[in-house]
Order: sequence, then structure tokens, then C-alpha cells
Amino acid sequence: MGIPHLSRRSFLTAVSAGAVVVTAAPFLAACGDSGSGSDGKVTIEWMDIATTEPSKTLYPQIARAYEAAHPNVKIKLTNLENEAFKSKMTALTASGKLPDIFVTWGGGVLKQQIDAGLVKDITSDGSAILNTLTPVSQKPYQFDGKTYAIPYDMGGVGFWYNKALFKKAGVKDVPKTWSEYLDAVRKLKSAGITPIAIAGKDKWPEMYYWAYLSMRIGGLSALQQAQENNDFSGAAFVSAGQKLKELTDLEPFQKGFQNAGYDTPGGQAATMGAGKAAMELMGQWAPAVQKDASGKDLGDDLGWFPFPSVEGGQGAATEVFGGGNGHALSKDAPKEAIDFLAFLVNDENERKLVSSGAFMPVVKGAESELDKNRKLVADALNSSTGFQLYLDQAFPPAVGQEVNDSVAALIGGKKTPQQVTEAVTKAAKSQ
Amino acid sequence: MTLSATTDNRPRHASRAPRKRGPKASMGTRIRGWASTTWFLLPALLLFFFFVLIPIFVAFYTSFFNWGGFGPPDDFAGLGNYRKLADDPVFRGDLWRGLLIIVFSIAVQLPIALGTAVLLNQKMRGRAVYRAIFFAPYILSEVIAGVLFGIIFLPGDGLADKIVGDLPLLGELAGKWFADPDTALPTLFAVMTWKYFGFHMMIYLAGLQGIPSEVLEAASIDGAGPWRRFRSVTLPLLAPTLRISVFLSVIGSIQLFDLVWVTTTGGPTHSTETMAVTMFQFGFKRYQMGYASAISVAMFVISMIFSLIYQRYALRRDLQGAVTSAGGRR
Repeated sequence: MGIPHLSRRSFLTAVSAGAVVVTAAPFLAACGDSGSGSDGKVTIEWMDIATTEPSKTLYPQIARAYEAAHPNVKIKLTNLENEAFKSKMTALTASGKLPDIFVTWGGGVLKQQIDAGLVKDITSDGSAILNTLTPVSQKPYQFDGKTYAIPYDMGGVGFWYNKALFKKAGVKDVPKTWSEYLDAVRKLKSAGITPIAIAGKDKWPEMYYWAYLSMRIGGLSALQQAQENNDFSGAAFVSAGQKLKELTDLEPFQKGFQNAGYDTPGGQAATMGAGKAAMELMGQWAPAVQKDASGKDLGDDLGWFPFPSVEGGQGAATEVFGGGNGHALSKDAPKEAIDFLAFLVNDENERKLVSSGAFMPVVKGAESELDKNRKLVADALNSSTGFQLYLDQAFPPAVGQEVNDSVAALIGGKKTPQQVTEAVTKAAKSQ
Repeated sequence: MTLSATTDNRPRHASRAPRKRGPKASMGTRIRGWASTTWFLLPALLLFFFFVLIPIFVAFYTSFFNWGGFGPPDDFAGLGNYRKLADDPVFRGDLWRGLLIIVFSIAVQLPIALGTAVLLNQKMRGRAVYRAIFFAPYILSEVIAGVLFGIIFLPGDGLADKIVGDLPLLGELAGKWFADPDTALPTLFAVMTWKYFGFHMMIYLAGLQGIPSEVLEAASIDGAGPWRRFRSVTLPLLAPTLRISVFLSVIGSIQLFDLVWVTTTGGPTHSTETMAVTMFQFGFKRYQMGYASAISVAMFVISMIFSLIYQRYALRRDLQGAVTSAGGRR
């Protein structure tokens, strides 16, 4: 067919030789190794998830700027898509060798990597830079009084809402309590407006409702205690499920929400951005993703309000649920790596990152670069009386995923509030 | 057919023939023979060893541990993972859904493929074009097909909703498709049929072309009508092809992953989840590698048992010298 001029024998020899080379290549490649040479040259391996703008452009820029100032340092940046990054990190962690710098969300996943002895404790080495950062932004990366990552983004989850649609439905004030919230949903619904956009395929946006309700009903201490005792069967969690059921019984979500992704075409952010739903419960990145996914800008119609309090609940409406991004170092990272991370969040670069619209400030006093809505989030965060990290990051992955799965089943009508708490408790106990 | 014919024509012990020359052949020739055999086998053996055998044994080994994928597995759990598996309603659901997919594949997808193949085996204008069109979905990657149907079944604005929206009976389906636990599996199955029937059609076409026209002519002369010719001549002569096609279909159904992952990730509420999806969820989302290994072993065992039984009882006439055919004798 395609190889008429080669004799059969020489063709087969060539193919088999090729196959041997292909087979052997990974083993040969494993023999060579990068790292710091004897001539003072240092290579920093940096693995990140900046596959979208603005960080896709900003990160290499900042890395080049650092290299220009430090000619002996070479920064090798590898960007992977979010989920691919998580899979890659699993494989790397199992092999016991992490990149010098890598993105982390802290919580249970980082804890596992720390327990495996792969992450550098930067409490003293990084104290100079850590002191310039807001305390709340460092919380997800602190275990037993030690800090393991330098944050570059920090935010909270709240309701992003479409002011025009609220007005059309006759909802005058943003809801302060859960029953006011349910009333608003009813009003929107009877005005023929889809009250809430949600991503049932991705599940984690559904978890936000259950998590916030648990926080408002049981308070932060209930969540902390549940995590310590691996027991989520407490009344607060059952009650959170019942409140969530009250909401889903109103059928407030967009059509086909159970197969909607968050940032995919026709998904939660696109529905919200296109003005086809009145609100979504989402983190600080929501406006950027709405624009990106729908191609439309809600502009001044977009507003933000914190998750309402629940009547009779222990938790205050000033307690924030959220998280951020940080960079952690592998235990063998060269000392230049931490210097570079300090450079990444120095005055000039932090301003660039924050004003790009994708990140929330971690440096004290950098809020001035924020737009109106994200300033609301920052204010809520800075005046918060308590903070809870995303449940699927705070808990070990098995528990976090069970929360996501079970809450999705609750919203889909396949699990009762009790069954949710039982399933989560069972997953927590088996850790 | 052709396969067994060549096996029959080959002289017995043909493979041993060079050995008889053994003593006479010079040492150098023998060593060179060995060397070239090794040289030719080495790449395949290395690949097979490192990428098939070792992973299988590692999966077996880790399935007996509570292991998160970090560091060495050291928390021995015995059969704990398998006991948990037997109690897991999601895994039991996987088995049930797997069975449904297999049954529907054989009962719906394969007959459609056979019918199309018979139609396209006739002399007609533009035959090659039709064949190419029906085969095209199979060439698309699962991910592309998945994304494509994700857009088609998009609630509200998708093509499917626009089409059924105004229809009297099907109007109910609008906004559901992949988004409702009751309709997700049938929708997935429709996509699977679209994707894979072309492949089976191609196998059948190849099989149909192997049927000598003399036999069909003889049947016509004996007074057999079209149905009778199909029923009593074509079908029996196509049987080996059908058996292979069923085999491929079942094994493919057991391992179904990418199409599900892209369209629904197994949801809503597990209604389209397959064993492979559950394995991925536990392995790479929950980092319970030990449990995921147990699922992979279960998949392996199910496929293995099915293959052995199927080879022993259904394929024995077609495959000589297979493990299960008792020394290759009929």
C-alpha cells in the first residue's frame, strides 16, 4: 500500500527497530534529569493551570521579567487544563516527585501531599512575604500552625444577581433571610423568570447551597466538629438538607439543569450571563466567566449579595464560604523558587493580576484595583467573622466528592436529607 | 471463513518443521534464527509486559489495600474493597445498566447494522457514498461525538429541543434528554447506536462479500424468494461474522467510558454511570485507588469470563487454536 518500494524484510526490520526505540524511549528519558547545575544555573519547574486569559499571558510575562532580573534562573512553566492538572498531580504525588512550584487550593488535598512529605514548610523562609498578605488568604494552606503555600487569589461565594430581572419581578430589596429568599424565588417564578442558574452536571455549584445552609444553621463550629469527628449526622446538616429541599421543591432552576456544566456552552454561567436566569451562587470569578461563556456583559445590571441567614440558625451572615489559589513548593525546590513567588505577588505584579479581573487581592491594601461588585466580595471577606474553605477542598477528596454527589442527588430528588448526611458520614468514617 | 480455511490447508506441524533440520543446521544458523526471533518479538513482548501484564498485576495487588494513590500501599484490607463493592448500590446499578446496554446493543444496534449492510450490498448507484456516510460516525472520536451531541441535546436552544418542541407526543422530551434520570440512558443509547452501527455494518459488508454468489444463484434456481435466500443462505454463511460482531459489541459495552464521560459524566444521579465511569470517579476524583482497582479487577474478571465462555461455546467453530478450544480440535 503506502510502502511499495521497501522489501518486506527491510520494512519489518525498520518497523521493529522503531518499536524498540519507542518502547525504550521513556526509560532512557528517565535517566536524564534537570535541576540545578554546578555552574550556578537554576531551573525552576512551575506547573500551573493558566490555560485561559488573563493568566495565560500574564504568567509567562512575569516569569520572563524575573528571568531578566536574575540571569542565572530559568523558569520552566507548564500549564495544564484544571482537571488534567489534578490527574497529573495524582500521578506525580504517587511517584514522590512534585514540580518545584505548583498550584494548590489547600485543604484536604494539600494535607495529603504534606503527609506524604512532599511539600516544603515555608513558615520561616517565607515569613517576609507572608506578612504582607491578608491573614484570611493564608488560612487554607495552614496546618498545625505551619504555612505551606503563598496565596495569589482569595475570595468568597455569594449570590450574583440580575438587578433588571429582580426589578421586573417586583423584588425590591435583596433577601436577608432564607424565607425572604424563598419569597424572592416565588416572585421571580410567577413573573415567568427562571430564578436560579445551576450546574447539575458539575455538582460542586450545588454543594455551595448545602454548605452555606449548614454554616448558617449550625455555625462554623458545627462544620469543624463534624470534620473532626467524621460525623455529619447532626441536626444542622439534616436541617440544611430540608431547607435546600424547600428551595428545590419550588423548581427554581433552569430547564435541563441536571446536565448543565458550569462554564460550558448553555451552562450555568452562560445562562446567567445571557440574562436567562436571575441569580447564581458563585465565587469571585463569576463575572469574568459569565462574560466568557455567554459573550455578553451584564454590566451595571449585575449585583452581589451575601448568602442570607437562616431564622434561628447559629451562624452569622458575615461568615464567608470560599477559597483561593496559592502556590506551594516541593520539598526539594531551590531557594530561588520562593524568591520568585514573592516576586509574583509584589506590588506591581499583584496590581496587574487583580486589575486583570480574574483574581482577588491577597496583598493588604490592594483592593483599590477592584471593580464595584468584586469590591463587595472583598469587603465581605475582609469584614468576615469566620471563614470556611470549599467543602470539596477542605475535606479529604473522598468526603468532598461524596458531599457533591449526595447533594446533587438531593437536588435531583433521589436522596432525602437524612440519606445525604448518612452517605457523607459513611464516607468520612471510612477515611 | 477464510481464517479457518487457511488453518485447515496448512500442513500439520508446519510450525515445527525447522526443528527437524536441527542437528544438521549449523550452530551459527540456529543462533541467528534465535536472535532474529528475539529481535522481532522483543518490542511486542516489552510493550505487552510493561503496559499490559504489570498494570494488571498491580491493579490486582492494590485492590486488596485501602490506598489513596500516595506513597506505597500499606493499609491491607483483604477482601474489604470487594465486600464494599458488592454492597455499593452504584456499582450494582452499573451492572444493571451494563446489561441493559448490552441487550439493547444486540437487539437494536446490530439488526440495524445488518439491515443496512444487506441493503448496501446490492448493486445500486452511489453505494460507496452511502457506505462512507454510514461509516463516518465511527471514525469520529468519542469526545468529538460527545461534545457534538451535548450541543444537539442542549436544553432550550439545542437542535433536538427545537425539533420536538412543537410535536404533540415528543414535546414532553424537550429540556430532558441527558438532563432527566429517566431519559438519559435511552438518549445515550441513541448516540451509541448512531456512533457504532456503522462499524458493525462494515464488518457485515465484508462478511456478505465473502458469500459466493453461486450459492445464492443456486437457491434462486431452487425457487427461494428473497427472504428465504436471506434466512437460509445469507444468514448462516454470515454467522461467523455475526458472532465476532456480538463479541466486540459486548466487550465494548462493558468498557464504555469516553462517550458517557463527555456527555453526562455518569449523571444525572448515576443514571448513565458505567463501571468504567465509577472506577474513574473513585480513582481520580476521590483518590480511593484501592477501591478503584477493585472495580477494574471486577471489570477484568467479567470481561474475561464472558470472553472465555463465548469463545468456548460461540466462537469455537471460528477460532482454531484458541485457549478454550481444547487443542484446536473440532
